[in-house]
Amino acid sequence: MPHDHHDHDHLSPSGHPYRQDNDEPLTYWQLMEISVRELMIEKGKFSAPEINQQIDLMDSRSPADGATVVARAWMDPDFKKRLLENGASAAEELDFEIGPMHLVVVENTPKIHNLIVCTLCSCYPRNLLGLPPDWYKTKEYRSRAVKEPRTVLTEFGVSLPESTVVRVHDSTADMRYLVLPLRPESTAEMSEVELRKLVSRDSMIGTGVIQEI
Amino acid sequence: MEKIKNPEQRWHDMGGFPAGQIDKAQHDFAIWEKRVDALLSLSTKKKLFTVDGLRRALEDMGADAFEKMTYYERWIAAINQNLIESGIYSIEELGNKMAEVKKRGETYGAAQEGKS
Amino acid sequence: MMISDGTVIKIKDTSPPGHIRTPKYIRGKIGVVERCVGVFENPEQLAYALNANSYSLYRVRFKMTDLWSDYLKDSDDTLDAEVFEHWIEEI
Repeated sequence: MPHDHHDHDHLSPSGHPYRQDNDEPLTYWQLMEISVRELMIEKGKFSAPEINQQIDLMDSRSPADGATVVARAWMDPDFKKRLLENGASAAEELDFEIGPMHLVVVENTPKIHNLIVCTLCSCYPRNLLGLPPDWYKTKEYRSRAVKEPRTVLTEFGVSLPESTVVRVHDSTADMRYLVLPLRPESTAEMSEVELRKLVSRDSMIGTGVIQEI
Repeated sequence: MEKIKNPEQRWHDMGGFPAGQIDKAQHDFAIWEKRVDALLSLSTKKKLFTVDGLRRALEDMGADAFEKMTYYERWIAAINQNLIESGIYSIEELGNKMAEVKKRGETYGAAQEGKS
Repeated sequence: MMISDGTVIKIKDTSPPGHIRTPKYIRGKIGVVERCVGVFENPEQLAYALNANSYSLYRVRFKMTDLWSDYLKDSDDTLDAEVFEHWIEEI
């Protein structure tokens, strides 16, 4: 349903108001955004409702989506098997649209820890996690995650024993990656809905782990 | 003049570059940034250009743009580059449109009013 | 050319200018094909709005100690990257 309430009282997915950009002096690049958008509408390439729908779609995506996939994989061994074999089609079973990008799900085990990065730009599993955090797009993360992943993990508060193998995945082409984090042993009695709440964004990028409760 | 350190490894090809501590500060996206994001998604969905075209334009903008422009400032510049190259609108049309929009007001809110 | 999983390969060591999705830090390095993930259009052509060839795309696994001379000694840590077939040399 089309609507156009994208003004400054609209709340972001994190529940905060959008930055108050509407009242600040117009920048050159904002001027360009308005102009390009209006030209595209005038040329009949996009419609205004279509642009708003696209924003709503992106806003509707958040790490809760990834967490739903992870919790199902923890509860259902057959689903987990399908997820590791073909991430996109398994996620689509839960009604998550992965689109043209393919999804590779990599599993953390007591002996293996996976970490996701895109050194060339900022490829990220947007369809399951929403827009990437700012740090994911920084020079510092992109440069260092592939060369000194253990030091990077320490900066994120994750300390691994030397015996744990670190596998870094650089999203260089058409694949997108999601980490299937290790399920804490103390959660054995928890329901799927309860488990979803434990799964953090960072645990699905690999810069976090899920602590025992 | 500062020389390019190693032309075989372009500025955006960052794996292994020396770099400092990761800043974990986070900002919520402004509505104009979300619109830029939507323009890219719709452009690629409708096959007006490819995400590789976006990346190529971003890479060609150079390291200076990476340091001095924000993420979505670079994106709108790169989206425009691709749309100009595709012939959907001309530089002249864009210039006229930018002049028209600028006259509407001095803030983003005022300038985008009445159209979207 | 179809390279089977587990094959030891080498990434081409060349650095032409332009839009390339093979990062510099793996060029010239030895790795193992982890799996073929399908056939995709060549980004080196897509980037310039050209008709693109379709190439097989492989996930290639490298030992960190093969990529970085100063990496933790004897570590089993690995790096996986996606590499198009035209960047791969069989050895």
